[in-house]
Amino acid sequence: MMEKYELLDPFEKARLEKGFEEMDDQEDPVKMILRHKDVRKTAHNYKTFTSAAVPGRIVVPSEINIRKTRQIPFELDPPVHGVYRALIEPWFKRPLQEEYTEKLTAQIAELVEETLIRDQVEVIEEFALILQSRALTLLLNIPFKEAETWISWGTHVFRSEDTALDGDKANILYKYIDGQIEKAIENPSEDLYSLLLASEVDGKKLTKEEVKGVMVLTFAGGRDTIINAVTNAIVYLSGHQESLERFRKEPEIIGKAVEEMIRYFSPLTQIGRVVTEDTYVCEHAVKADTRVSLCWASANRDASVFENPNQIVVDRKINPHVGFGFSHHNCLGASHARQIMRVLLGTLAKKVESIELFDFKENIEELGEIKRKVGYDYLNAKFNRLTK
Amino acid sequence: MAKITFITSDNETIELEGTSGSVMELAVEHNVKGIDGDCGGVCSCATCHVHVKPEDMTKTGPASETETDMLELDDNADEYSRLCCQLEIGDSLDGVVLKVAK
Repeated sequence: MMEKYELLDPFEKARLEKGFEEMDDQEDPVKMILRHKDVRKTAHNYKTFTSAAVPGRIVVPSEINIRKTRQIPFELDPPVHGVYRALIEPWFKRPLQEEYTEKLTAQIAELVEETLIRDQVEVIEEFALILQSRALTLLLNIPFKEAETWISWGTHVFRSEDTALDGDKANILYKYIDGQIEKAIENPSEDLYSLLLASEVDGKKLTKEEVKGVMVLTFAGGRDTIINAVTNAIVYLSGHQESLERFRKEPEIIGKAVEEMIRYFSPLTQIGRVVTEDTYVCEHAVKADTRVSLCWASANRDASVFENPNQIVVDRKINPHVGFGFSHHNCLGASHARQIMRVLLGTLAKKVESIELFDFKENIEELGEIKRKVGYDYLNAKFNRLTK
Repeated sequence: MAKITFITSDNETIELEGTSGSVMELAVEHNVKGIDGDCGGVCSCATCHVHVKPEDMTKTGPASETETDMLELDDNADEYSRLCCQLEIGDSLDGVVLKVAK
């Protein structure tokens, strides 16, 4: 019987036979690159496979119709990319600091306590979204109560129930960020907006548009990805009480378990690149100005790299996964995400005996012929307290 | 007990002693600049890249295939490159000198 947590690998056949798969995306097709080695090489070759295309085009599904703001440093290539990245990287490493970790641990412990006293909780809206929104106040260094606003937006910034891309919803985020930037100009503080507004590149202050570009990325990049990682982890643990037991007894493996879950669940399926010159992908010609994608989810199941790729091995020792991307653009929010997941697994191990699942609806992405489960639309569960 | 010397990119020399765990863990514990060890030691992030002093390669041995694959795309990598999360501390590493790549 298939376990509930299982995320099948829908790419295996195409990965083995061809190494790529094609999907249509709003009349701008994408050639998905599926093998671990090819994904890494392509990610590294920014000259032939650029990120500095029209804003929104390297995202799959494409967002060119719903935004004009360039996400920074995501939609830039080296060397410019590196200049912006160096500016903000130390800020995004703050989650590793002791004091920060203590605050995050307190937040997550409180949320788990709130969940333990309830008969049933809807994991997406009432757990993962709240966890992600509260943690984001720490990353931005702004008051805790701001999380209430983001929670009120629901799980998707760009998506609504019936459309993959929802311009009206995206506008709520853009207007909000514009407003926050104006507020920070009037009253600079110790938050990320103020830091960005005070930053310079080549002797010039960042423009409002550039600040907005970093903030849009921060909001959009860490939202459904973290929600999917948290939710999938909970579903996995519901079927694997023994893993909770192991995290209690051997907390030193939690870091490895987090990497393994990121590999297995691959919360972000893929990221696109625009081809700058006629070239080849897996001996297949690709034309300039078409798109390819780096399919992290497929690379992370490549059996030529990972032994038993379709199993979660919580203490997997060698795990060269690309769940946070690879090369120059590797996930800016990775320290934040890793710390959230480590603290979450540690807290659940301390407080939770078992998790029962009730009804749920899977969130399935359609990628041409391929269908991939990436998480859940809703999921009802009960957390049972550890009493021993 | 092994004595391990790190030379950072701004030429600071840091001598540390360790008995167990990985060289990356030792470096992170002592805040050696340029070694982040983001992934905690599973060979997925390459933020613990060091160049082994050529004459010390006999102590560390060469990079594994997984490491080489990771390093081959790093512009700074050479035949003395290792990811120090893959270097287990033990007597054989005593006296090794590592130049931090970043």
